[in-house]
Amino acid sequence: MSITINEEQCIGCGRCSEVCPGTLIEMTAQHKAAILYPRDCWGCASCLKECPVGAVRFFLGPDIGGRGAVMYTKRNGSITQWIITKPDGTQTVLETDSRAANKY
Amino acid sequence: MEKLKIEYIDTDILIAGGGTAGCYAALKLAGKTRQHIMIAEKANIKRSGCLAAGVNALNAYITKGRTPDFYVDYAEHDAEGIARGDLLLTMSERLNKCTAELEKLGLVILKNSDGSYAERGTRNIKINGENIKPILAAAVYKLPSVKVHNHMNIIDFIVKDNKIYGAAAIDVQKPVLYIIKASAVLCATGGTAGLYRPNNPGFSRHKMWYPPFNTGAGMAAGMRSGAEMTTLEMRFIALRCKDTIAPTGTIAQGVGAKQINSRNEIYETKYGLSTPNRLYGTVMENAAGNGPCFLRTAGISAEQEIDLKKAYLNMAPSQTLKWIEQGSPREQNVEIEGTEPYLVGGHAAAGFWISTERQTTIKGLFAAGDTAGGCPQKYVTGAIAEADIAAEAIIKYLDALSPAKKGIDYQGIAELYKEQEEHFFHTSLKQFLVQDLEEAMQKIMDEYAGGIKTGYKYNEAGLSIAKREIEKLSILSDELTAHDMHELTFIHELKDRLLICLFLIEHLKARKETRWHSFAENADYPDKDNAFEEYINSRLQNGQIKIICRPIIKRGSHYEHNYQ
Repeated sequence: MSITINEEQCIGCGRCSEVCPGTLIEMTAQHKAAILYPRDCWGCASCLKECPVGAVRFFLGPDIGGRGAVMYTKRNGSITQWIITKPDGTQTVLETDSRAANKY
Repeated sequence: MEKLKIEYIDTDILIAGGGTAGCYAALKLAGKTRQHIMIAEKANIKRSGCLAAGVNALNAYITKGRTPDFYVDYAEHDAEGIARGDLLLTMSERLNKCTAELEKLGLVILKNSDGSYAERGTRNIKINGENIKPILAAAVYKLPSVKVHNHMNIIDFIVKDNKIYGAAAIDVQKPVLYIIKASAVLCATGGTAGLYRPNNPGFSRHKMWYPPFNTGAGMAAGMRSGAEMTTLEMRFIALRCKDTIAPTGTIAQGVGAKQINSRNEIYETKYGLSTPNRLYGTVMENAAGNGPCFLRTAGISAEQEIDLKKAYLNMAPSQTLKWIEQGSPREQNVEIEGTEPYLVGGHAAAGFWISTERQTTIKGLFAAGDTAGGCPQKYVTGAIAEADIAAEAIIKYLDALSPAKKGIDYQGIAELYKEQEEHFFHTSLKQFLVQDLEEAMQKIMDEYAGGIKTGYKYNEAGLSIAKREIEKLSILSDELTAHDMHELTFIHELKDRLLICLFLIEHLKARKETRWHSFAENADYPDKDNAFEEYINSRLQNGQIKIICRPIIKRGSHYEHNYQ
């Protein structure tokens, strides 16, 4: 359970670094976000939801069933799109709305 | 890194920990007093604490037609009588008021057509809790009298003659030691994770139920200052979805999925439906060779499946990712497992021994949320109800206090801490890293103090080995080396956990019975014993952990400490 940050996409806004509940992400001298301790990630996805450009990719560790799929988010008002791409290229998109309560 | 800069901060009320309880306490305090309030938060209050990813439902609520006593009955029953009636009742009386205030702050709660909250079971209501923490944090930032210090890690309380005078802290990023002068302190640093070897000790070692960043800082600081602790032996072990350690209640309650073994037999009714017994049943089925165990979801509707996936995105997105990567819950049952044990006052009853007004045995040090003991099943709304009660008590305490912050040598204290902290920048132990000792601690606790390995069982002989080995690690930990402030924080987290382990071992030894399956499964004493219908408490006295047994406090009574 951890994240990777796409250096090319990262715009250096620092929001992921600011919000991480484990203070695990630092901003490099090149103004790029980098995860310091990948094994210390709780998997809360806070950074993912903060990133305005979808540069933070969330994945499951191989020890908990991760087989290469990655997830990132796009936000549009109250709607969050969760985009999951498997290694074979198939994509799943789910949407949550912060104005809607869970049915369960 | 060589030297630390000392910074002094002057405030009236210090809130240690800006999680749910801490943020809510700041809101309440700011509404009641003009005194200066500060939050010291190890990470950033926007997403720190238990609710970083969100929460699926509010699980402590007085539903239509029920009374606070109904909730107290439930919690006391689940705890087999080892809970504080006074704390549970005062909390339950405020649950609905606090829920209404959360809604006012912007929390989305599902409503029926008549405007009432939609209930999920007898004590729960349905919400969208993904952004509950950002909502609380945003409200805190609007308050001019509250100063938020993010990335500030409390390492000790400043206590003299059993009275609080502030705290010492380090910055997690910059080489700064803070000496905080305060007249009252609310400890809201949460419970303790990471004492035991986790389910996934490798790459995903932090994929656990409780936040791995809640390392018991406030509890350990209280222990070092001589505060009394209670019921640490009532560990909490969660029944979770395998690997992702995501919640199971949402599936069980949401789509009515039953717990089944690999022979497709429903086993949950065989062991009882209390929180410990749902877990215990799973442990027993596995031990009998009937595992793995599952929640029976195969065959749910397509609509149910999509609702489940969305519900998990709002609190545990790893589970949704797993379903997409490994197969959907409609096609296959969801495998479940028990986690490693945690110490947490919000689900079980481990934490500070407090008065009805939430004051610890140290004058001026209050506790709320997962760090406060005796009040299990408080969950999110109970934690904020407790913060509400503590806020009122803090105002009362400060009104009666005179003179504040006098007669204390803050400069002398600062010099002592500076020396203590800088020691870790030039120590002799080079062959072990913090994480090596952390893994050693977790392995010892796992094998000898009732971890996953032994099906949560322990006995006196094993506990004695655990004590001996944890003591050795504690001595070694004094010589660990830090290269930066983050590593220095890691050293403190380890040292705090080691101290908490030693307290926990004494508590496990002292309760010579098995009252709660799995949570405290004493193999020397496998049955419940009425002689132990009492609280097991502890405190540090002349460097030794002293066990104190106290009689049960019933609801309706008012408990105050007997300061001598």
